[in-house]
Amino acid sequence: MNAADDLAEALAFLRRRVAGEYEVDEFGFDPELNDKVLLELLRPLYRHWFRVETVGMENVPYDSGALVVANHSGTVPVDALMLQVALHDDHPAHRALRLLGAHLVYELPVLGHLARKSGHTLACPEDADRLLRKGELVGVFPEGYKGVGKPFSERYRLQRFGRGGFVASAIRAGVPIIPCSIVGAEEIYPKIGDLRFVARALGLPYLPITPFFPWLGPLGMVPLPSKWMIEFGEPVRTDEFEPDDADDPMTVFNLTDHVREIIQHQLNALRLRRGHAFPLFF
Amino acid sequence: MTHTVLVTGVSRHIGARLASMLAADPEITRVIGVDTVPPPSYELGGTEFVRVDLRSPDIAQVIAAADIDTVVHMSLVSAPSKGAGRSSMKEHNVIGTMQLLAACQRSETVSRVVVRSTTAVYGSSPHDPAMFTEDAEPHEPPVHGYAKDACEVEGYVRGFARRRPDVTVTTLRFANFMGPGVDSPITRYFLQPVLPTVFGFDPRLQFVHEDDAIEVLRRMAMEDHKGTFNVAGDGVMLLSQCVRRAGRPTIPVPSPAFRVLGELARSVGLMEYSPEQLALMSYGRAVDTSRVSAELDWKPKFSTAAAFDDFLRSHGLTDGLPVRTFDWLSGLGVGRGAGRPGGKAGSKAGSRAGGRR
Repeated sequence: MNAADDLAEALAFLRRRVAGEYEVDEFGFDPELNDKVLLELLRPLYRHWFRVETVGMENVPYDSGALVVANHSGTVPVDALMLQVALHDDHPAHRALRLLGAHLVYELPVLGHLARKSGHTLACPEDADRLLRKGELVGVFPEGYKGVGKPFSERYRLQRFGRGGFVASAIRAGVPIIPCSIVGAEEIYPKIGDLRFVARALGLPYLPITPFFPWLGPLGMVPLPSKWMIEFGEPVRTDEFEPDDADDPMTVFNLTDHVREIIQHQLNALRLRRGHAFPLFF
Repeated sequence: MTHTVLVTGVSRHIGARLASMLAADPEITRVIGVDTVPPPSYELGGTEFVRVDLRSPDIAQVIAAADIDTVVHMSLVSAPSKGAGRSSMKEHNVIGTMQLLAACQRSETVSRVVVRSTTAVYGSSPHDPAMFTEDAEPHEPPVHGYAKDACEVEGYVRGFARRRPDVTVTTLRFANFMGPGVDSPITRYFLQPVLPTVFGFDPRLQFVHEDDAIEVLRRMAMEDHKGTFNVAGDGVMLLSQCVRRAGRPTIPVPSPAFRVLGELARSVGLMEYSPEQLALMSYGRAVDTSRVSAELDWKPKFSTAAAFDDFLRSHGLTDGLPVRTFDWLSGLGVGRGAGRPGGKAGSKAGSRAGGRR
């Protein structure tokens, strides 16, 4: 591999982009753009800023469908993007994580179509079922806004897990649930207050006050360089259930609670293992 | 068995092609084509044309006089015509369908009704699943224009199917037609010199090639397949990808301005615009077609991308200016290195023809 080859490859890539000669899947996922541009922009953050370490990658299947269920935190959903880089770059099969996101993302200009190109789609049972049936690796954050927007004082405490729709989807598809804990995202924007009225006026779920935002303006939007670890736990099997069990609320609630407990325990252990959030400074 | 088929909307390309294809079929004895305006005669083949205004009860006489057994209702207009306005379009679509169905309900001979509808009935919103199945409930049902007409038409068709359970009623929801002969708001959009897009949005679009659409219509007219079916080419294309393949420049316009400019352009007759177009251009729409594939044991010949490429080829729009400029620049800059991207261009035709999946 020499410089001329690199250049030729880059030119070929650019030409494909200019000519529209690439393919997107039915959800709007553009694998080439995702790998070469979108993830590339996140990689410095992943490798050098947060120094993300992954544990238990062998628990993520090589080529079959699975549902990754993770804790959500950090005020701004950077954890979702880092999880995506982790599974693409650190998994031997370079798996594309198909994240299920909130409505809000798809209403907004720019963000909505970038999310689709990066492989995300709307969090709804139809899309989850469809992706899992196709053998994709689907990622969900059942805590939603309650998790990502919780105050700093409640860090590493899992919030309520929605209505358990993700569990029903996994049962219907008969795919394993992979409990995932992300440590480090809690410290990137420590949320100590909420500009509730402004948020409501802007139609946002919350508008955080951190020690640096909004006081330092744009500089306050730089995430703090905490040390991150992401652990994938042992898969929880769902193929012992009948697909009809997805309609049984008791089964769904019990399994939801079970997954939540696993993630909370895993989270506590991983937090101890990581040690201090800012090892350089202390 | 003898067949006498009535096809409405034969003055338009797809209707005319379907009628002439059915007329050429030995299993069908007679094809009667009706429309409010006469079609270009060469397209109709052996079809007998009867000029009927669908909004009038005359259609009942045509059906009674000819012992029609199959009705293919293609007469759904997607945009207001130049002279007449929106209200005449609505009358044509909705009242026309009501008159036709009223005539079918009275008829002793009609045993099969095939209605052309559109995937626009699903609307477009950021709250909808990525792929609509036939049973999906849209989050925001259409309240404007063509899509609303189609919803109302489907409502009357369902009512008819309930009242005449002995008649096989088939509703076909087509994605946007695409192909060399198609002339529709979306094909006219891609033929403009500069394409306005909604800033910050890149919708997923889906097309069905005219040949595939006609094949589905032909099968439905010849065989009994009760129910509602989505019909579209496999896969989706993003608008950005479509305009790149067309080699056309775009102007991204923020969505409120898009609405204002759209109304303005329509009032001076520059282009068609209706509010549901803004939703489609922002959020896009795609449908699941597994039901029709299973029912007919058939796959469309053209994927969405292949249908679009065929449309571009027929209008001489391949290898647009941006690609040629790029090749020229890369040839200038790196000399020998440009051989590689040029080589990729050669394989393009193959990958295009193959399409997705």
